[in-house]
Amino acid sequence: MAEVSAAPPVPEIRTVGVDGMLISFGSRLSEPANRAALAFRAALARESWDGVEEVSTSLVSAYVRFDLRHLDHAALRARLEGLLAQRDWYAAALPGQRRLWRIPAVFGTELAPQLPQAAAAAGMSEAEAVASLSAARVRVQTIGFAPGQPYLGELPEAWDIPRQTQLTTRIPEGALAVAIRQLVLFSVAAPTGWMHAGQTAVRLFRPDAEEPFRLRPGDEVQFTPVTPEELQGLRRDPLGGAKAEALI
Amino acid sequence: MTSTLTVLRAGPGVSVQDGGRPGWLEYGVSRGGAADRLALAEGAALLSQDADLAAVEMAGMGGEFQAGSDLRIALTGAPMRASIDGAAVAWNASHMLPAGARLAIGAARSGVYGYLHVGGGIQTQELLGARSAHLAAGIGSPLAEGDELHTGPDSGRTTGLGLAADDRFEGGTVRVVASLQTALFPQAELERFEGTAFRRGARGNRMGVPVKSDGGGFRPDGARTVVSEVIVPGDIQVTGDGTPYVLLSECQTTGGYPRIGTVVPCDLPLLAQAAAGAELHFRFIPLEEAVELERVEAERREGLRSQCYPLIRDPHTMTNLLSYQLISGAIAGEEDVL
Repeated sequence: MAEVSAAPPVPEIRTVGVDGMLISFGSRLSEPANRAALAFRAALARESWDGVEEVSTSLVSAYVRFDLRHLDHAALRARLEGLLAQRDWYAAALPGQRRLWRIPAVFGTELAPQLPQAAAAAGMSEAEAVASLSAARVRVQTIGFAPGQPYLGELPEAWDIPRQTQLTTRIPEGALAVAIRQLVLFSVAAPTGWMHAGQTAVRLFRPDAEEPFRLRPGDEVQFTPVTPEELQGLRRDPLGGAKAEALI
Repeated sequence: MTSTLTVLRAGPGVSVQDGGRPGWLEYGVSRGGAADRLALAEGAALLSQDADLAAVEMAGMGGEFQAGSDLRIALTGAPMRASIDGAAVAWNASHMLPAGARLAIGAARSGVYGYLHVGGGIQTQELLGARSAHLAAGIGSPLAEGDELHTGPDSGRTTGLGLAADDRFEGGTVRVVASLQTALFPQAELERFEGTAFRRGARGNRMGVPVKSDGGGFRPDGARTVVSEVIVPGDIQVTGDGTPYVLLSECQTTGGYPRIGTVVPCDLPLLAQAAAGAELHFRFIPLEEAVELERVEAERREGLRSQCYPLIRDPHTMTNLLSYQLISGAIAGEEDVL
């Protein structure tokens, strides 16, 4: 039987299309790989090499898009390898200027009809599920798929539940959905395979606002249970009652 | 001089588009912008202006437009029937749209996305640094009857130029480079992918298009789960039932379906312009070859302006005038050459 190695994965550089490179810190989601991706992206932004057009992160990787007229593949790869070798990225600290958000959410009721199903999948009663989800302090691991939309994790192990094979045709903006030890807080109405367990009134993306995006990767979030009536009252507020405090 | 362009009527897929808004991937917003970027470059060349200026993109069906004052226009992309006050005008060409005249643009004769460019560009509000509508992200909205668009200052004078259309409206072969998950597909599946005649599926839009074939779906080796990674336009995702789905400018920013390859950017207009049912083939090329193709394409786009030719030729500039047969088949001399 093969021995299970405890050594951290080695970062890997691959091309993305013709003018991009991906620096992966793992082939599956883990806290160290997520931290490494966030820290490496921040380092790339600080370096601001000539010819680099854009940097971003996914769950466990950083992405660089570059101008082929100013940088070639070999030169960029060499620079990335040099930067990777500078430190242990898996041990990196979280990004600075992080905030803790407390966001009011209704769990269950007709506003979030899949709470019973999600609780059953996690082997909990509905009350236990609400207690568990609202006690968890989850982190914005990445923002993606839709504008300003966070993937939040990591939930306790009981929440390692699969996505549904059948898609829910439409989940509303502000929906809180759960699967695979993560929560997604929807910034737009969308079809999804995640289970709709909570509903908030926060608007995460406002294209014409001075700060169009509420959340940043690295921010932490905790969901505070409220009643449907209380949530209705919060709908006039574009923040939906969400409050942020700086994390030191 | 600035003007206005009033929308008298618009098809369902008419919106303002420019080169898109790069730089927001980190916040979940894909670049977006014109589905056919070559058409933007062609319109800019015909009007001798910056390719970053916004134009009106028309998916499959145009509309009717009226200018508040004389306005230079250019028509590019998928060829559509166009007329000004009832007189047919050439496609892939620039024209003067006189104040109050009605510009009518019909259905695409081939291809999907047609473009109406105006001198000075369309000047809708900039959001996150661009004017493009990004409908999937909730930025902007499609144009509708009654919309009045302001146009920017236009220092140009010339109209009546034509540009040979780069043929990209009937499907064909698109070149592909290996992607993040190409290696997850067995070599035999990759060869079958290259050997398959696909048809562009019916359910395509600015986010992407499915490509269908009579053979079975394409499968990566084993039941590998793929962690969500960045997505770029041109990526060919293979969805759960094995159907390849090519992502276009308004795609999502991350995705967890395995990608069998990525269409090279200079071939993406051909893919975006393939109408439902058009035949498509994919061919893998080495990355180095794709890099060189992009370099050549960038140079070609920069040189488009010098490729424009006058639609009606001025006898004073025709050095070989005497070699022309000028008597029979007389024309009024006002029509554009169709």
